[in-house]
Amino acid sequence: MSDAAAPAPAPAKVSLAAPSAWRRATRSGGLVVGLLLVIGMILVAAFAPQVAPYDPDAQDVLLNLVGPTADHWFGTDAFGRDVLSRVIWGARISLFVGFVATMAGVVFGTVVGVISGYYGGKVDKAITAATDVLLSFPQLIMGLMLVAVLGPNLQNLILAIAITAVPAFVRVARGSTLAMKERDFVDACRALGYGDLRIMFLHVLPNIMDEVVVMASLWLATAIRTEATLSFIGLGVPPPTATWGGIVREGFDNLLDGWWLSVFPSLAILLVMIALNLIGDGLRDATDPRAPQ
Amino acid sequence: MSAAPITAASEALQVEGLTTSIRIAGHWFDAVRDVSFTVRQRETLALVGESGCGKSLTALSIMGLLPGAVGRVSKGRIVVDGVDMTAATEAKREAMRGDRIGMIFQEPMTSLNPVLPIGFQIAEGLMQHRGMSKDAARKRAVQLMELVRIPSAADRLDAYPHQFSGGMRQRVMIAMALACSPRVLIADEPTTALDVTIQAQVLALLADLQKQEGLAVLLITHNLGVVASVADRVMVMYGGDVVESAPMRAFFQAPTHPYSEALLAAMPRVDRASKLAPIPGQVPTLPDMPAGCRYQSRCPLRIAKCAERPPLTPLGGDPEHGVRCWVRAGA
Amino acid sequence: MLRFVAKRLALAIPTLWAVLTLVFVLVRIVPGDPTIVILGDQATPAAREALRQRLGLDQPLWSQYWDFMVQILHGDLGRSLVTNRPIVDDVWAVLPFTIELTVAALIIGVAMGVPLGVLAARKRDGFADWFARLFSLAGLSFPAFVSGILLLIAFAVQLRWFPVISTANATDPVERLRALVLPAFNLGLIMVAYVTRVTRSGMLKALGEDYIRTARAKGLPQRLIVWRHALRNVLIPIVTVIGLYLGVLIGNAVVTEIVFNRPGLGKLIVTALNQRDYALLQGLMVVSAFAIVVANILTDLTYGLVDPRVKTQ
Repeated sequence: MSDAAAPAPAPAKVSLAAPSAWRRATRSGGLVVGLLLVIGMILVAAFAPQVAPYDPDAQDVLLNLVGPTADHWFGTDAFGRDVLSRVIWGARISLFVGFVATMAGVVFGTVVGVISGYYGGKVDKAITAATDVLLSFPQLIMGLMLVAVLGPNLQNLILAIAITAVPAFVRVARGSTLAMKERDFVDACRALGYGDLRIMFLHVLPNIMDEVVVMASLWLATAIRTEATLSFIGLGVPPPTATWGGIVREGFDNLLDGWWLSVFPSLAILLVMIALNLIGDGLRDATDPRAPQ
Repeated sequence: MSAAPITAASEALQVEGLTTSIRIAGHWFDAVRDVSFTVRQRETLALVGESGCGKSLTALSIMGLLPGAVGRVSKGRIVVDGVDMTAATEAKREAMRGDRIGMIFQEPMTSLNPVLPIGFQIAEGLMQHRGMSKDAARKRAVQLMELVRIPSAADRLDAYPHQFSGGMRQRVMIAMALACSPRVLIADEPTTALDVTIQAQVLALLADLQKQEGLAVLLITHNLGVVASVADRVMVMYGGDVVESAPMRAFFQAPTHPYSEALLAAMPRVDRASKLAPIPGQVPTLPDMPAGCRYQSRCPLRIAKCAERPPLTPLGGDPEHGVRCWVRAGA
Repeated sequence: MLRFVAKRLALAIPTLWAVLTLVFVLVRIVPGDPTIVILGDQATPAAREALRQRLGLDQPLWSQYWDFMVQILHGDLGRSLVTNRPIVDDVWAVLPFTIELTVAALIIGVAMGVPLGVLAARKRDGFADWFARLFSLAGLSFPAFVSGILLLIAFAVQLRWFPVISTANATDPVERLRALVLPAFNLGLIMVAYVTRVTRSGMLKALGEDYIRTARAKGLPQRLIVWRHALRNVLIPIVTVIGLYLGVLIGNAVVTEIVFNRPGLGKLIVTALNQRDYALLQGLMVVSAFAIVVANILTDLTYGLVDPRVKTQ
């Protein structure tokens, strides 16, 4: 398991940019369905003020704990708040945290990984060892610990999730960079007199982006799941701000009052997870030449 | 080792009009065309040709090991030890494989299961076909390992393939194939992956075992040196066709088909100073095969009639020596 | 084999050291004054000073690090800031429940995932394959608390087959088992997904190997070829995947315990978080670190069992 030092053998692969890869990726349909779902959810989240039927924080004591009706599709909670509106507004925080944290982790991890793989030597050894230790720790517990120590708020949540993402991307970027180096590609660039920075970021980076993109799509799911889980445990953005994990938590605390309180926000989380996994699988199949035809 | 029962016919393996098709990009192509031959007890028939000529497909067809989705026997009859394999149920074929007919493969490094002990892999067939107990089969496995001259066999019964060299693994393969005393052994390039010295040892072993067991051997090889040292008869295949069939001596003394000539000319020999002559061009892929004689695209003797498929014609003096060529058969 | 085990154990020492150092660093990155975080900003300077001494925060960092390591080497995790009980005692009290849950989930994962993956690979693109792919997609997609809540609502609240409030503490073994079913299945679902996937792809690869052709040439029935010759080889990637995802499993065990209100490390973590008991939290991190290292050792030892090339080099 700690055999991360060995670079993954460079398999013959297809670039995601190639039209054949796109055809392969879309043939199974999963990628398209996943993309449509995610884009749809992003749009709903972006236009939450227009889309949500009610104010997510508006309380109506007379209409509390109403099951799903034509007026309140997802029912109302103990304070009479519309669950559908809360789920729609919650998507904003949940998707935002997921995207920003993943992006931060991707950028930082990839840069470190490329540098580590490109230069090799002692720095590489140290970075690899640190990566191994960080990766050996369960991602969820690591995130939990970080938020617990830093304090639960939006910035810390993003920071903690981003930190847990970094080692995974260091490993991927480093492995791919090593594979690049083996193809004499880097030597050729050096022979042309290119500087290290130019080689790393103009030549190596574009060539390893496929792996990074596939990994990022799967990590996006992990990031959103982590945010939801931490919110559920009580380490998320503090209430009354609506986040998916937080809404589920409130519903869970009132489990016996109404199933709709926790089921609908749960399904929202599940839907985005399935969509992102479909995208990740589709992209991976597209870059893997051995994938089923 | 009990002697194989002598049946009325000494033909252990009969193949009649075998045509095997494989699927390429959704279309079926005949990769083996109308191949007929018999192998008698104690006889070695060598199947020769470049890679892609249909040798291995012929072997897999006989064994019933064609990958179902992409390969099938579309015509012909295969009779092993009196049993018609083409008409048999899959269960019957299963019972024949490894019992009445065995096969050894080219790649000794990958053909053994890496996570099962050698002794078990040899004993397995005995337990399956002979209903032997684990202990009895193990004892028999030791004998078989000794038979194929694996040193300190008893100690190595529980060793794994990665602890064996290539030559030793091929011996294990032979022991496995011979475990149930089959009547027919198909050896598909059994020595190709081995060092030259080991090749000779393995060939000598095969020849000895053949004598002891009275085996009919179908040897598939592209190495004419191997053919010269062990074969009784030779069949040359090209593009799925048998282009020449002859007793071993006749073949080397008077190769008749232009492809056979080219094969022999491409073989290095000590008794001949002439330069090696590689065969020009490549075997066309199946979808690109010419109609009629399949060798015409590379043949120096090509005439207009080659657009029609020539029959396998016996040559004047020798009914055992046939050739599939308009030019040579007509001459 | 003994030497192999000894070597693997020796290899674990630097990993353990590194992971413990990570815990030490993590707990000490608290922004601001930790005594204020713990006691709140109403605390008197005297009380804060007392806490600072108790936590050893008045010592230089390297000395804290030394004490931390020495303490752990003595099997001591310190005392809870809230109850003042030794943390080790609290951990021992609930550890069996977490282990019980994790092991049950592993068993479910293997017992369901392997056959499902094999069936899917044998009838590729058939019904079983379709089902397996759908099932593993669902398993990978469900956050543990989401699937947990849905299971709880369906089978405990609505159908009443299982207790809503965990009876894992019950002395009656039947009752205890009843309390285990839903959480174990919830946790196992994720493992089923991973195991199904790797079994399916591993089988597809193995069934195309040369040794499978050899086994068929031997006249073995399909059943033996699949379950003996192919699956034995697929066990190696299966063990790899289980090893890789044991961490995920441990993380999700925490969440599952919270949802099903089971005693265990998960509930202890929530207690520590709610009471800002950083000593307890640190102790639990150390326990997780140990759990990870032990899981990795067990994985590697299992390799020795399923892959003869490992133990004989």
